[in-house]
Amino acid sequence: MQLSDLPKGAQAVVDAVRDAHDNDAIARRLRDLGFVAGETVRVVARAPLGGDPLLVQVGYTRFALRRAEADRVLLNAGATA
Amino acid sequence: MSAESLRIALVGNPNCGKTALFNLLTGSRQKVANYAGVTVERKEGRLLAPSGRSYRLLDLPGTYSLDATSPDEAITRDICSGRHAEEPAPDLIVCVADATNLRLHLRFVLEVARLGRPMVLALNMMDAARRRGIDIDVAALEQQLGMPVVETVAVHRRGAAALVERIDRLHGQSQASPSVDPDADLHQQVRALIDATVRVPPQASRIDDAIDRWTLHPVFGLAILGVLMFFIFQAVFSWAVPLMDGIDFGVGWLGTQVAGLMPAHSAMHSLVTDGIFGGLGTVLVFLPQILILFLFILVLEESGYLPRAAFLLDRLMFKAGLTGRAFIPLLSSFACAIPGIMATRSISDPRDRLTTILVAPLMTCSARLPVYTLLIAAFIPRRTVLGVMNLQGLVLFGLYVFGIVSAMTVAFVMKKLRRDKSEHALLMELPSYRVPHVRDVALGLWQRVKIFLRRVGGIILALTVLLWVLSSFPSPPPGATGPAIDYSLAGRLGHALQHIFAPIGFNWQISVALVPGLAAREVAVSALGTVYAMSGSDTAVASHLGPLIAQQWPLATALSLLVWYVFAPQCMSTLAVIRRETNSWRNVAIAAGYLFGLAYVASLITFQVARLLS
Repeated sequence: MQLSDLPKGAQAVVDAVRDAHDNDAIARRLRDLGFVAGETVRVVARAPLGGDPLLVQVGYTRFALRRAEADRVLLNAGATA
Repeated sequence: MSAESLRIALVGNPNCGKTALFNLLTGSRQKVANYAGVTVERKEGRLLAPSGRSYRLLDLPGTYSLDATSPDEAITRDICSGRHAEEPAPDLIVCVADATNLRLHLRFVLEVARLGRPMVLALNMMDAARRRGIDIDVAALEQQLGMPVVETVAVHRRGAAALVERIDRLHGQSQASPSVDPDADLHQQVRALIDATVRVPPQASRIDDAIDRWTLHPVFGLAILGVLMFFIFQAVFSWAVPLMDGIDFGVGWLGTQVAGLMPAHSAMHSLVTDGIFGGLGTVLVFLPQILILFLFILVLEESGYLPRAAFLLDRLMFKAGLTGRAFIPLLSSFACAIPGIMATRSISDPRDRLTTILVAPLMTCSARLPVYTLLIAAFIPRRTVLGVMNLQGLVLFGLYVFGIVSAMTVAFVMKKLRRDKSEHALLMELPSYRVPHVRDVALGLWQRVKIFLRRVGGIILALTVLLWVLSSFPSPPPGATGPAIDYSLAGRLGHALQHIFAPIGFNWQISVALVPGLAAREVAVSALGTVYAMSGSDTAVASHLGPLIAQQWPLATALSLLVWYVFAPQCMSTLAVIRRETNSWRNVAIAAGYLFGLAYVASLITFQVARLLS
């Protein structure tokens, strides 16, 4: 399951961030921002007109991610609350 | 080493309150410039410690990681690691972290610590952390990190006293580098540190959630944004206009006084009133709008609302090849492209920023209104359409929409044309809401004003004087009957240009008026008045000019000129600010070139179609 599939208000645990291509700077930055295995994430809000970008809470911080960015974040399927 | 030369660099994540801390430490003793070769802002200030020592403080661009993804982040990486070509490595790094958000910020602290340079950690926003019940064992943190840790509150007057005292105490000692394990996983290290030193209540009360429920709501969020923007626009137009009129009057009066010392009708007299003071007026008249717009932008930025607006509109802007962050700069450009282009500094991605700068002049700025008003009043009949709407109003509205659609189209075409099609991320933090601090807003305003007056003002003034020379020399021969401008270099240039402009329906009068009209769009009205040998105030000229051109120009010419003004870069100030903000004449040439090209093609189509139909 990808972070972009998570409905508004739902919470899940990050499994990994996948590189979309070689030397993916965006994936590296996502990891630096705290999207790492075991971290809990929650979709706080979705933008009007199609729900993209989405607002994700990780730790105490909230980041706006476009769908293509959120697609890189893989979630632990079992841990969805 | 003397205290004078001790250099301290402030680093930290975006939104850690680093700039507020910098403002507190240095007050108004700041110098803002650019790093050589890039358009990254370089802020240096002087810290005067109570001990009498003084330190040089460098405010480095905020970044989440030393794995840089943009030019400003690369500056921070290079300076911290001592690899920057011109900037020596700092003697001491003060890493600023938001005490309420250590999970994110400590990772960067550890990353910087691995560089092995003398370092102090400033735990900022300690007041907010205490209010939320966050308990940090500073002594334990200090011991585990192997570096001094001090608490700061950047929004309190004495909030940095502990930091300054610590810097003073470190001064002169040989400083130990922080001791951190260079090989461990950073995230695991952060978790271990937090487990050992920080206690967070399970329900860290967040007012942000409550506010965001409204401000990010798909319907109410957009409505709040709309009302806010409407209010800002009302304020810009109702507050700025009297100030602008006042400046206009004041500078004009001063010019007349100074020129009174010169012989009347002499070249010196004209140079002083029309050249120098005319140019000065052109520069200063923008100030009220810049001040008011930036007051609002800075308050929105400091309060944390700006990224929320970007979040709401990102989809729309992204489709057009822009980013949500481009919204506020483009909106500001409706008042004037100058503050709009200056506001693009909030767009961190250089490619997105350049696209925004290039399309900003297409937003209908207030300087186009006098031209639009003149032409619409003279050529568009005052008729009611569909029962309620006024045709003149509809045309004006149509011109605004035309500008917006053109900007979106141009941005879209640029996205398709450019070679670099790589994905540029949004990845935007939505920080906690904060009450903006007066000192930070005031300093921000002051810096924008200084940049505008010093860097842009000089270019505008020089070009205005140049245009004055073109429009005044050579003077008409004795006994000449036509308007004086007709004999000048500008007049000859206009006549030569007429061959180029004939296909789009411009007569020689318009062509001549376009040359001095380059100074600023609204100048075209008075320039036309000059060509038609009228004198008097701008309003008087406009009221006489309307009936005259209605009689002499075909409708197709008027429509063509309207369309010309949607696109044409008839504003040196805009080109000057593009030069200043992108540090490149090439970008100025691209902007001017594509705008002229579009203006010509659109006017050509308008003129030819209108002529066929009438």
